[in-house]
This record gives sequence, structure tokens and C-alpha cells, in this order.
Amino acid sequence: MPEASDEKITLIPDVLIIGGGNAALCAALAARETGASVLLLEASPRAWRGGNTQHTRNLRCMHDAPQDVLIGSYPEEAYWQDLLGVTEGHTDERLARLVIRASSTFRPWMHKHGVRFQPPLSGALQVAKTNAFFLGGGKALINAYYRSAEAMGIQIRYDMPVDALELKDGHFVAALCGGQRIAARACVLAAGGFESNRQWLREVYGQDAHGEWPADNFLIRGTRFNQGVLLKFMINAGADTVGNASQSHCVAIDARAPRYDGGIASRIDCISLGVVLNRKAERFGDEGEDFWPKRYALWGRLVAQQPGQLGYAVIDAKPLGKFIPSMFPGTQAASLAGLAHALDLPEASFLHTLNAYNAACRPGTFDHTTLDDCHTEGLLPPKTHWALPIDTPPFFGYTLRPGITFTYLGLKVDPTAAVHFGGQPSDNLFAAGEMMAGNILGLGYAAGIGLSIGTAFGRIAGTQAARQRPGGDHAH
Amino acid sequence: MLTEYETEVAREMQICNACRYCEGFCAVFPAMTRRWVFARADIHYLANLCHNCGACYHACQYALPHEFAVNVPRALAQVRRETYSTYAWPPTLGRLYQRNGLTLALALSAGLALFLILALLLNGALIHAPLAGNFYAVFPHRLLIALFGVVFGFSTLALAIGVARFWQDLAPGAASAPAVIEATHRVLALTYLDGGHGDGCNEADDRFTRIRRSFHHFTFYGFLLCFAATIIAMGDHYLLDQSAPYALASWPVVLGSLGGIGLLIGPCGLLWLNLLRDPVPGDPQQRPMDRGFIALLLLTSVTGLVLLAWRDSNAMALLLAAHLGGVMALFATLPYSKFAHGIYRAAALLKWAIEKRQKEVLI
Repeated sequence: MPEASDEKITLIPDVLIIGGGNAALCAALAARETGASVLLLEASPRAWRGGNTQHTRNLRCMHDAPQDVLIGSYPEEAYWQDLLGVTEGHTDERLARLVIRASSTFRPWMHKHGVRFQPPLSGALQVAKTNAFFLGGGKALINAYYRSAEAMGIQIRYDMPVDALELKDGHFVAALCGGQRIAARACVLAAGGFESNRQWLREVYGQDAHGEWPADNFLIRGTRFNQGVLLKFMINAGADTVGNASQSHCVAIDARAPRYDGGIASRIDCISLGVVLNRKAERFGDEGEDFWPKRYALWGRLVAQQPGQLGYAVIDAKPLGKFIPSMFPGTQAASLAGLAHALDLPEASFLHTLNAYNAACRPGTFDHTTLDDCHTEGLLPPKTHWALPIDTPPFFGYTLRPGITFTYLGLKVDPTAAVHFGGQPSDNLFAAGEMMAGNILGLGYAAGIGLSIGTAFGRIAGTQAARQRPGGDHAH
Repeated sequence: MLTEYETEVAREMQICNACRYCEGFCAVFPAMTRRWVFARADIHYLANLCHNCGACYHACQYALPHEFAVNVPRALAQVRRETYSTYAWPPTLGRLYQRNGLTLALALSAGLALFLILALLLNGALIHAPLAGNFYAVFPHRLLIALFGVVFGFSTLALAIGVARFWQDLAPGAASAPAVIEATHRVLALTYLDGGHGDGCNEADDRFTRIRRSFHHFTFYGFLLCFAATIIAMGDHYLLDQSAPYALASWPVVLGSLGGIGLLIGPCGLLWLNLLRDPVPGDPQQRPMDRGFIALLLLTSVTGLVLLAWRDSNAMALLLAAHLGGVMALFATLPYSKFAHGIYRAAALLKWAIEKRQKEVLI
């Protein structure tokens, strides 16, 4: 049974896991399965445990034939090509294929640890071939893993943010946490990215021409506990890094979302069905370029470049029912002028933009499920699909802000998940999850890929770390 | 227009409708995704469709300490309690739900008093020479039929009017045979206490257990067996001219005993779970109603079994008065107790079975 968090830790565990999300739990469970004693330190209180995994809902699985909840097939090559496409080559093929192959073995193992899957539902049929949905989403998965961990005798301590490590020539000695020194024979780092570290985000996104710090206006879709403290510590300690330090996965979300943990409900799903304006009531992108899920990362960056980091999605009554509703009702008005007023946008400019857009819409056959032929002519920027005049009251407006999902910067690892210093792998320090996902996902995103990397490398890191224990096959 | 609790359900459903991670747990969430706005009837429907299993609360990324404070099982349970009194007939008696523990206690006292006084008046004493289990020597058969006939008839009528009003608000359309069969199966199997994965529902924490469904089955089928025993006994009496007392190996005694045992195990288990359950994903204000009803069921089964065991003793009249008093209280309060949940939930399940077969039209 887990002991109270404030109790002093005296026994030296075989494996210390730093982090409390999917990758950390997979590492802990895999290490414990080999017989190692495991101590897991989660930075958050119990109620907030699970990191960004709380907000996930599926993982991407390779399979050669229909299997349990997955339809059709998703062979290794198709998976690899998808990954290559979204990352634009910012990936490591050896590590990527390791994850892809491992992903075919996830579901029985997850089921053993209490995770349950559900058949694809109508709204998600397009990913039923590639992604397995866990019943109840990420928090249900996290709960199952913690229950399994407790039942297996893994020690779990909450409210334990690790500040630093004690390292000796790339060898892990101990973790330092609020004055406590916690030694272990091996350690797995699975403490997430740095997306909630406001100062770090300022450094990444810099100051704009108006002297503002755009990153101050970003919302964080995930956990407030991903401060990147250990990531920064490791970089300063000379660990090799990978991934684009100046980027994060940034999407356009509901501006009314909370500053942290907005999660999936903060999505605004109607962008491609209307127009998007900035604070000057001008359009700044092609809303109908492609299906929204393929474009939301682009719009995160576009909105981040607008004054005040604000965007305004405007639709009329026609698309109602054709998109997933927002978590709070949209701003509603009976006229376009009324909507401009309600959104606090300059009315003349708003009407000018909307009238120009409406006049540029060419007749076509509207179909929001295909790349249809409704488009604008002679308008800049154009709207290339789903362009219907916005003329049917009531009108709705949704204010948008950039929302950060995760960061790409991570620690370089090899197929054993070992952390590297100056090109040399550590013998007992490993990384998993968002802290090393940039090795494989250096850019872009594909649904369920983060969980797959976390599960594959979590299990690898846990198994490798367990080999360091007395009696393990790598014992000294 | 909406009550405070209904407004809260509408707020939470708007958030849930933007998330939809819980869609695999039960029927509430697929029913929600068919809606864009949540009017009063929709809220009442969803509230009664919910079985309070708790799975969506433990899986919720927006539950406290998140500022959204989503707690769907509690929000729906609070409205569910309101719907029981809203739809109750006559409306004045619907207020009995507001102090349900007191209501049931008063009904029980009245039932006990009635039969004790009757026993005294009719027999002159509560302790008598053994009567070989002949109940009718204490209370004439016709008197019992008249008393219970009136009470049961009224309760059935009141429940029927209540659920008819609920059904009218839901406006479900015509029920096809497959829809009726599906809904019946969902009621009899308590499908939505399985958590969507078959592992069961939540009690004290995020662990799943099938135990609540088992105890509910004991209660539900125990009740049905007791009811069947009564109906068969009435048949024996009127059609076959065989009067009580019945032999131990007869259908009324066997079914009644099995039912009584079910009504002993089931409510004991449900009471234990009710005491142990995490109060957060439920409505604490339903507890007097829950526990009062459980206590009444238990009293009925215990006095029934004790009566069977000592029906040949000189305390039979006393035991019989206690048993009949309990049964009378149970039946008199059917439309104003937890019992109503089964009727409204069955109606909501039928509505869902109809609705899911209809073409999805949002808004």
C-alpha cells in the first residue's frame, strides 16, 4: 500500500519513476512486472494526477487485420508514412518504427492493467481504423493504471515535484525533492514538457512589435504541473536534446477556456463552416482550406500572430447541428451589426468584411463532410471550401485564443530509452513520454501518437531501469 | 423557467457535449449528443436515464478541483429527485418527497396502528391460543382484500398518472416491438449498472464492482417473487377454492419464502453500499428516501419470514399485524417513495430505445 506522502523515504527502490502520467505509469508497471521495487513521485496532488494524459482519449495502433475495437488494417508502412507526413521528416525512423511495432501489443497489456476500450462511435469513424479509444478517456485510463500499480505494490507519492537530480558522470544517483534526497538504483524521467512554464514560453515566443508577450495570452490545454523543471535541469546538466525548442503544438481554442486544463472541451469546431476575423474585424486565413482537424494547429499559430492573440469565428444559423457544440454557448445576435457589437468588434469594418465575403461566395453544393465546391472568388484570403454566405440569423460568434497542447523539446534517447550525455548513453537514467517524444514527433501531430510513444517508451524505460537491480541482468 | 438543479444540468451537459469522452459508459451520453440545447423535458429524460453508476464522475477531467466542477451523477440525481415530486399525482402528495423519511415513518406507524387496533377490536386480545396459521381467524379475508385492494389500486393509479405525465413531456413517439424488447431487457438486466465494460459501477472510489447490481437483482426479483406468491395465493383462493394457510411445499409459500430471502439479502446489501458509497457523485438529499424505502422493504421481508416461522404460535396475530402494517405502508407510499424510480427509469429507457432508432436530427 502507498504510504503517506510526507513520510520520509528510507528504503532505496530499484526503480524511481519521476512523473505520474501515462508514460510514468507504464514504466512503473513494466518495471514492477519484472520484480523490481518501484517508487513513483507525482508532482501534483492526487486529484490532479495523470498529467496531460487526463485529457487524452485514444492511442494509435498498428494492426494487420480487424482487431477488437479496430476496423480494417493499419500496417506498419501506412503508420510510418502518416508519421513521416505530419512531422515533415522531423523524426527518427528507428525509434518511430519501434513505437509503431510495439503499438500492436498495447491493448492486451493495457487490458490486463484495467484499461477498457470501446468500439468506435459514429462521431469518430474516420479514426476507427487507426486509433483505439479507451472507455471514459484518459482519466479513466490513469485511474486504472494507478489501481493496478497500488495492487502490485508500487509505492506512489503525490505532491512530490522533483527539483533536481544528483548525477555522477551521466549516472543517476538520487533525486532531490523539497530538501529530500531520494536515492534509487535506476531512474525513469517521465515528467512531461514545459508548456505550463510561462517564463519559458515567453522566451520561446518572444515580444511582438507592440512590446507585448504573446505567450502571456496563450491558454494551456493540459496540466498546470508541466513546468519543465527537470527538462531544464537535464539540459543544464549537459544531456543531449532533440526536437524544436522554439515550437509547441498550438491550436485555436475557445478563449473562455480556463488558463490550464481546458482539455478537449475547449475546441471550437465550426471554424471551417464560417469566417474568422481578428480584433480589427479582418480575415487572416483560408478557413476552408481543409478539414478542421487537419488545420487547427495552423490556426493556433495564425491566431497567435493577431493583435492581442485573439480571433473571432463567425457563423450564421445554417451550420448549426453540423459541428460539435462549444463548452459554453456562443455569443448570439439577430443581426450582423448586433454580433459586431456583442463581440466588441468595430462595426463598420466587421460589416465590410462580411459583406465582401458574402458577395464573393460562389454558388455550389454544400457538403461539410467532403471538400465541396463552395468557394469564394476574388477575395483575399480566399475561402476554398464550405463558403456559404453568412446571412441567416441568428448569428453566432466564438472568441478564439491560442491553446498549447504540448512542447516538442525533449531529451535524446536510443532504443533502450537511455538518456544521453555528449553522445554517450547513461547506464541507469531513462526517459519516456513527452520528455522524449520529440525524438519521434519533432513537428506536427497525429491523433493518438503521443500516447503511443508514451506507452511504448514507458514500457521500454521501465524494463531497462529494472535491469539495474540486484539479480537483474544488468546488475553491477 | 428552469429550476436551479435543472440549470446546473443544462450547464454541465453543454460542457459534456463539447467533450463526449463518456459516450461509452451508458445511454445518457449518446442521448446527449443527439441534442444541441437542453430544454426541461430533455433534462428530465436524461436525469431518469442515469443509473447513478458513478463512472463518468471518476473519468471526468472537469470534475473538482477543476473550475468547471462537473459532476453529472450528482446533477442528474438532484433533478431526478425533483422529477419524482413534479410528476407525482395528486400533485399535493408529491410534496411528500420533500420529507420522505418522515413520510415513510408516518405511513408505517399508521399501518401498524391500523392492524394492531383491528386485531384488538376483532379478537379482543393480541395474544391468543395458537390458530394453526389461520390468518383469516384474525383478519377476515374480505376485510384484507378490501383494505389492500383500495390502497394498491390507488397507488397503481397514482403511479400510472405520474408516469403518463412524464411520458407526455418526453414526447417519444410510437414504440416499436424491438424498442420495447430492448428496453425491457435493459430494465430486467440493469444493463447500465455494468459501467459500459461489464466490470460494474463505482461505490467508495474509482474501483468498479458488480455488487450493486447483484444486490439490486436480489431486491427486484425478491419483490417480484413475493408479488407472484400473493397473486398465486389469490388464484388459489378464488379459482381453486383453496384458502390459507398453505403448506410449506405450496407455490405461495415457496415463492414467498424465496422472495422474502431475496428481499432480506438485497436491501441489506443496498443499505450497506448506501452507507459506504462516496457521497460526492450522488445526491445526499436522496438518502432519507433511499434508506427509508430500504428499511420498509426489510421490515416487510423480516416480518414475513418471522410470521412464517411462528405462524402456529400464540403470537401470530401480533406478527401478522406487524407484517400487514409494513406491507400496507409500503404499498400506500409506492407513488411517493423510492419505488417510483423504477417506473420513471423504465420509461426513460423505453424513450431511449425509441429515440436511438430514429434518424438523428440535431437541434
